[in-house]
This record gives sequence, structure tokens and C-alpha cells, in this order.
Amino acid sequence: MNFYFLILGMALVTYLPRVLPFLALDLEKIPPGIKIFLGYTPYAAMGALIFPGIWQSIPESLPAVIAGGIITTIISLGARNLVLSIIGGVLTATLILML
Amino acid sequence: MQPKKDTFPGGLITGLPVFFSYLPIAITFGLLARGAELDMVQTISFSALVFAGASQFVALNLLNLGAGFPEIIITTFLVNLRHLLMSASVFTKIEKPRWTPILGFGVTDESFAIAGTRPGKLTVPYLFGLQLIGYLGWVGGTALGYITGDFLPDILRAGMGFALYALFIALLAPPANKSRKILTVALVAGAINWGFSLLGLTQAGVRIVLGIIGGALTGSFLDPEGRGLR
Repeated sequence: MNFYFLILGMALVTYLPRVLPFLALDLEKIPPGIKIFLGYTPYAAMGALIFPGIWQSIPESLPAVIAGGIITTIISLGARNLVLSIIGGVLTATLILML
Repeated sequence: MQPKKDTFPGGLITGLPVFFSYLPIAITFGLLARGAELDMVQTISFSALVFAGASQFVALNLLNLGAGFPEIIITTFLVNLRHLLMSASVFTKIEKPRWTPILGFGVTDESFAIAGTRPGKLTVPYLFGLQLIGYLGWVGGTALGYITGDFLPDILRAGMGFALYALFIALLAPPANKSRKILTVALVAGAINWGFSLLGLTQAGVRIVLGIIGGALTGSFLDPEGRGLR
């Protein structure tokens, strides 16, 4: 089968969940309870995206993951700069891998 | 560093971390796609039309395992169901919901993590800038990975597998440090996803959706007035 069928099929099932809420929801009519649920959704999403996937992010070395996580947390709380936090975390993980 | 103006350039600038954390992952995707014997146009169309990191890697993996197209498409659907919740959440924060077909396309875990945790309302130009810079990093990185092959040393590539997680941690740590409710919500969501994984539920897409729902419900329960969100 043509490979582009796969790409278009995947594009469609990726696009639909992303666009349906925009098309189907009416902002004025969303009950306050649902708004609070959706307000907490980003934090829940980040928790679910971090655990347990993070343990597999560097399959070669768990200590590299843990050290990277700690340094990223410290920099993000201190410097409040996303790029610095990411660079610091990745460099730390890479350094541990090199040991 | 948060530009005050909710403008298109403001969106581009706040999206830079997404750009930089996508690049290495997209380069890896380009590399692997080449290894899976996709041609360059197929590889770039993949990233340009699907624009979903996790599902693209899963698809390559399934292709290598000899899975059929329907199976890959159904898996993609499950992996991406979480975006239903994310899009709905972004929708409640946007000033004038216009240009929705384009803004919907650009919803990813990472742009959502930035847009969703930004206090106050979002504007259309800001959101568009934020999504565009990530898109450029993703499609550009894919092309770069395909063309230049393995110019990255193995050790650096391994370390960069951590980049997306560093982005999530750096976005979550400051609000979680301020609000115990936010910390609880994130930990409950992570614990649910992790727990189902330990129980042997292999569909990561389903686990993540269950984790998000469980975490956000915990937030609604702990904070029925939504005070922690203001």
C-alpha cells in the first residue's frame, strides 16, 4: 500500500482530537466545574507525561536521569529560565553518562 | 523571562525552549526514518503533516516490527487522545476562539504545557507564534536529521533524550513549588500512569489519558472554587 495512506491516516487521527474541542465547545456554556478541571489539566498532563516515561528517557543510565532531574528542578526554581533549565539538565545527564 | 505583550513575537520567544528541545528529538526521528528506509519526502511529510512526536516514533517502531497500517493508525489515535483534553483546556483560555483549524493543529504536549500554565487569557497571535516556532523546530530538525545523518556523537544524543523531560520539569517545578494542590495533581496523575504501567497496561496513550483525568479530578476535588488556579 502507498506509504502516504499511512501518513494521511495518522495525520487525521492526530488532528481530530486536537481540533474537535475548539469546534464543538461553546466557551460561555462550559460549567465552572469543568473549567476548573480543565485548569488543572496542564499540571496533571505534565505529571502523567513525566512519570514513568522519564525513567526510560536515557535507557543506559538511571543515575543520569535522576541527576538531570534534580539539576533541572533546582535551576528552574532559582533562575526561572526555561532554556537554562533544559540546557543544565541535559548537560548534567550527559556528563553523568560520560563518567 | 516572559514577554509581557501577548503578541506574535512574544509567542515566538516563549516558544524557543520548545524549539530547542524538539530539535534533537526531531533529528533522531529523521535519522531513524532513514534507517527504516523512508525516502526524504516521506520523512519530512511525516513530521509536517502529523506533527506528533510520540506517535511518529511509535509508528516507526511498528513499521519495523511489520505492523499493518490500520494497527498503526489505531495506535496513533490512542496515543493522541490526550490532546482532546489539552485542546479543551487551551480553548477555555483563549480570548477570541478564531483560526481554530490552525490553532488546533498546533496543540502539542509542549506548546500546551507553556500555554496552559501561562496565567490569564491567551491571544491568537501569541498562541500561533508559540506553536509555529515549535513546528519549525520539529520539521526542520527532521530534515536535518535525515540529511546530515549521524553527525551527533552517540553520547550527546543519549543525553538529549532527556530534553523533553527537562522542559516538563522546568515548567512544572515553579507552580508546584508554590501550590501544594498543583503538586498533588501532578503526582496523582503520574502515579496513576505509572501504576497502570506496572500493572501491565502497555497502551501508553490510554494510561496517560487516565492519569490526566485522575489528576485533574483530584484538582477539582481539592479546590472546588478553583482558587489555586488564579
